[in-house]
Amino acid sequence: MASKKKTPFDAVKVLEQIEEKFEMFQILNEEGKVVNEDAMPDLSDEQLQELMSRMVYTRILDQRSISLNRQGRLGFYAPTAGQEASQIASHYALEKEDWVVPGYRDVPQIIWHGLPLAQAFLFSRGHFKGNKSPEGVNVLPPQIIIGAQYVQTAGIALGLKKRGKEAVAITYTGDGGSSQGDFYEGINFAGSYNAPAIFVVQNNQFAISTPRDKQTKGKTIAQKAVSAGIPGILVDGMDPLAVYAATKDARDRAVAGEGPSLIETLCYRYGPHTMAGDDPTRYRTDDMDTEWEKKDPLVRFRKFLEEKDLWNEEKENEVIEKAKEEIKAAIKEADDTPKQKVTDLMEIMYEEMPYNLNEQYEIYKEKESK
Amino acid sequence: MAQMTMIQAITDALRTELKNDENVLVFGEDVGNNGGVFRATEGLQKEFGEERVFDTPLAESGIGGLAIGLALEGYRPVPEIQFFGFVFEVMDSVNGQMARMRYRSGGKYSSPITIRSPFGGGVHTPELHADSLEGLMAQQPGLKVVIPSTPTDAKGLLISAIRDNDPVIFLEHMKLYRSFREDVPEEEYTIEIGKADVKREGSDLTIVTYGAMVHESLKAADQLEKDGHSVEVIDLRTIQPIDIETIIKSVEKTNRAIVVQEAQKQAGIAASVVAEINDRAILSLEAPVLRVAAADTVFPFSQAESVWLPNAKDVVATAKKVLEF
Repeated sequence: MASKKKTPFDAVKVLEQIEEKFEMFQILNEEGKVVNEDAMPDLSDEQLQELMSRMVYTRILDQRSISLNRQGRLGFYAPTAGQEASQIASHYALEKEDWVVPGYRDVPQIIWHGLPLAQAFLFSRGHFKGNKSPEGVNVLPPQIIIGAQYVQTAGIALGLKKRGKEAVAITYTGDGGSSQGDFYEGINFAGSYNAPAIFVVQNNQFAISTPRDKQTKGKTIAQKAVSAGIPGILVDGMDPLAVYAATKDARDRAVAGEGPSLIETLCYRYGPHTMAGDDPTRYRTDDMDTEWEKKDPLVRFRKFLEEKDLWNEEKENEVIEKAKEEIKAAIKEADDTPKQKVTDLMEIMYEEMPYNLNEQYEIYKEKESK
Repeated sequence: MAQMTMIQAITDALRTELKNDENVLVFGEDVGNNGGVFRATEGLQKEFGEERVFDTPLAESGIGGLAIGLALEGYRPVPEIQFFGFVFEVMDSVNGQMARMRYRSGGKYSSPITIRSPFGGGVHTPELHADSLEGLMAQQPGLKVVIPSTPTDAKGLLISAIRDNDPVIFLEHMKLYRSFREDVPEEEYTIEIGKADVKREGSDLTIVTYGAMVHESLKAADQLEKDGHSVEVIDLRTIQPIDIETIIKSVEKTNRAIVVQEAQKQAGIAASVVAEINDRAILSLEAPVLRVAAADTVFPFSQAESVWLPNAKDVVATAKKVLEF
């Protein structure tokens, strides 16, 4: 029941006005038609092809990872199909010197940022070498604690600003992650220091099984940016051009000293939460899956590129073959990596081992020499 | 030498390292213009500028994350958690994240972060200010935990902590902030983390302690001496890792030991010190190793704290049990 009492203000109206401003930004519709010509990002034909190649590659990587997991040849794996536009097109707007601070599903972005595929597989298998990205590749290992990456990103971004670097720190979480206190603390700290950060929420509709509507009363997650006084945008997360344009805009503003942004990408994960026993049929319907599959980022981008004569089956097959070969080689490399030892871990707990680890080191060295 | 309280010695250490290393950053709630609620950062923002010494929004988890991120960009953050009871708001950043940064990145990254924070009973604070939570930190692999008991130690240990390439929790007992002054060297010096200090030599009993209880233990040792007992008092100074060598050497000499801590019996590190002594020197012992600690309740409302907190009398009573065993 609305209150009849007359007040000199209308807080409800203010909220409604704010919420209706957060409309979904789209460039390419489901049919692959450009619906927002003015917003078209400045990408060359080669760049458009490269973006498509990366999305196709990532879809194949997902398919292979799932089957490798089922064969027992990979461990922890969080499927990515359906989120290629959100993940790959946002990453495509970055530069080499930028930091990527991933959640556990964001392995594709750190691979494209320079983590060798074999290391991604080692991460999945629970080998510490998977987490040690090469020097000069500014990525953190995938974060397990939902939201922790948001506060760390504020810190990295403040560091970049203090160093006077023309770079940004980008981080990713999901719709569930936006409920964490660290989500707000992260965007608020970055805003307070006007730090060059980009906060992405891949709203794939479910946090494991909990639907988006149970996370917040907010009509959008993007509008939470308002609470921190930073720009927020709601993007069609199945549209690679819209995701790219929004991220590029956020990056340009960040390196120009205009502070952080929040980007909510509306997307869907076709697979389960992880390969460790999640059953999406308990919380999703076939109809829902079908509805979202119609929005598929690869399908619409393929149509768009084919129309421009920039893509064909032959090109796609080349990418698929390349992906399969590289995955095969990377699995071989992971297989050939010596098993990790407890003593390896003892050596990297501290810069120097304290007395207790020193003593235990000898015990494990003996144990592991057998 | 200059006469300094512990809080002045801490400010002096921060100033020394802000001068020495441009990567040192000091930040936290009210540490800038206000100089911190205890004035630990008094004058530092004016001297080093807002780029180096700055206020944060009021959110501990954010402060922890900020420190981790700044460290990744090569800074040496020295954040303050305004009171250590607030650490629960930043447990993930500290115990879940910075403690394992080196390990989880396969040794690529580290967290050279020093978290300074006041704690300790006897100053009538509201809830969740005074609690001795050092045991929670000491149980976390990847962290070091330092608790100074004198101004001189505070300065040397804080400089070492800031220069350390692993995360250090630096706990400052509020009751010791201004309770006494002593001569502190004005030049820079370090005190090695992980090294205890034998505050007083003796041959009949070893008291292993740290923080404000060092002073209660020294008072007790004076009393015990009047009664004819020669007591050795070891100030651990670092409670993770502990200086096991100094403890064992002493116990092998005195054959008797007690461990004194302000934390509850179920908390702190006393139990683990007793276990280490049993592991390494059981055949030297003439009596069981007993503990002096607070009751296993949460830290009491302030009107009850003087009774709840262990004191010199409790130390004397427990010491006598062991001496007369």
